Amino acid sequence: MRTIQAVAWKEIQVYFGTPIAYIVGMIFLALTGIVFAIGVVPSENNPFPEATLDSFFTWTSLFLIFLPPALTMRLLAEEQKLGTIELLLTSPVRDWEVIIGKYTASFVFLLAMLALTLYYPLLLYIFAEPDLGPLYAGYLGLILYGAAALAIGMLTSTITSNQIVALIVGIGVIGALYVVHFSTDLVGGFASVLIGEIGFQSHYEDFGRGVIDTKHVVYFLSVIAVFLFLAIRSLEFRRWR
Amino acid sequence: MAFRSLLAMEETQNSDLMIQAMDLTHFYGPRPAIEEVSFGVKRGEILGFLGPNGAGKTTTMRILTGYMPPTEGKVTLADYDVVEQSLEVRKRIGYLPETVPLHTEMPVSSYLKYMGTLRGMPARQIKRRIGEVIDVCRLQDYHKTIIGKLSKGFRQRVGIAQAILHEPEVLVLDEPTIGIDPIQVVETRRLIQDLGREQTVVLSSHILPEVNMICERVLIIHEGHIVAEDTPGNLAQRLQGVDQLQVEVGGPAQEVLAALRRVPGVTEVTQRYNQGRNVYIVHVEQGKDLRDEISRAVVSNEWSLLSMQLVSMSLEDIFLRLTTHEEL
Repeated sequence: MRTIQAVAWKEIQVYFGTPIAYIVGMIFLALTGIVFAIGVVPSENNPFPEATLDSFFTWTSLFLIFLPPALTMRLLAEEQKLGTIELLLTSPVRDWEVIIGKYTASFVFLLAMLALTLYYPLLLYIFAEPDLGPLYAGYLGLILYGAAALAIGMLTSTITSNQIVALIVGIGVIGALYVVHFSTDLVGGFASVLIGEIGFQSHYEDFGRGVIDTKHVVYFLSVIAVFLFLAIRSLEFRRWR
Repeated sequence: MAFRSLLAMEETQNSDLMIQAMDLTHFYGPRPAIEEVSFGVKRGEILGFLGPNGAGKTTTMRILTGYMPPTEGKVTLADYDVVEQSLEVRKRIGYLPETVPLHTEMPVSSYLKYMGTLRGMPARQIKRRIGEVIDVCRLQDYHKTIIGKLSKGFRQRVGIAQAILHEPEVLVLDEPTIGIDPIQVVETRRLIQDLGREQTVVLSSHILPEVNMICERVLIIHEGHIVAEDTPGNLAQRLQGVDQLQVEVGGPAQEVLAALRRVPGVTEVTQRYNQGRNVYIVHVEQGKDLRDEISRAVVSNEWSLLSMQLVSMSLEDIFLRLTTHEEL
């Protein structure tokens, strides 16, 4: 446990001690701020907007294709590039402790970023009477979805010493899971059901409507578990190459 | 080979052996980096791996430290199997890889704290030891400096500091003096010798005098094989038999060369120009004194023998010999 903490704490220090996390955080806030405003500020197309975060939740899921792998790309790729992985893997630390520790750090940073967006619902609460159910559920959905994307990013960071490769492959996998449900119409029958179930969207949407369905929670937790497991395996595999 | 018998002897007194490597083979793709490498390291010993770049030193060290498993063979460290009981082994080693990989964005003391926690040290011990290693490695003025801003020599010290932080039973240092300035080299060697009084040290180097100076025993490794193993002193002695004579002759070079080669017992003759004079280096079979025969060969051809002296081989020569020929 202490070693997981040590790994996590070191990465958290790096996150908050280097500009990259601030840049990522700033971009995230700027983008989500814009989409929040689009959703709630009256305009020609939408003269009587509702006091909801629908627009924020929908668009943020799109941003979360790109942001999590940008946070995780460094975590193992850089250790491999610098060679520090040699000292990490010869310390009395288990491979899964390394992955869980680093994953925890990236998750903490994601939470911090999402926490900064809490002033959007706060504004709604001050100026209107929003329905609180969809807010809670929506945030839970974002956290689960973001955590799943981080797990995918963890895996791609273990497979290469090149951060850009880790980032791009990560975006590719998350993006594929994001758009795959659009292809359900192309195939019929069982295949379309399967594809719909694999993708993020069909599981993410309900949260925005204020529904917390165990099925969807289990789905995201499974994605996290599978990709973290693969990341651990990938790290173990390094030793045998 | 001689070291095998030595190893066999040592195997009977297992408890003395800190590290025991048996028939280690490691393949990178189809090419073996090391092949059937066996050796033992006694508790408290300073063992040096000597060999040119690419000889297999780093591979051997990576296997010792549990970074990667050998393709074949077995290593135990403090009677723990490096592959099967990797965690127990890793608790007991301090490792400095050749490239001195450090987290460049961290300040020295936070880096050391991080490494200490990774090694499972209690917080209070970490604090005490950081103070000590910063003194030992002379990093007093730099403990708050970001590692990335340190010069190569200071990074090396940080590398050693993290390796000794948890007072490991075994220190594995891969080329600990590579790429640092001469004064720091001397300091580092002294430091390693000090550490070696209490800990078992395995280090690698391609610099002979260094190994000679620091190590109690040397393994010479070449193309993945151990080609010789002894104390630095004995190694020189064992090879003393292979004598060289430096002969200066006035006469036609080609003919002199041919005549010298004809002398029975001469294995090799090379010609060297030394300030316009012809000097020949004559390699002689072990233990034979051929000065008589050589001078007679020169004089009988009516050339003039200007000088002749025995050259005792320097360690560098031995090293060149050992690693360019595999006859030992």
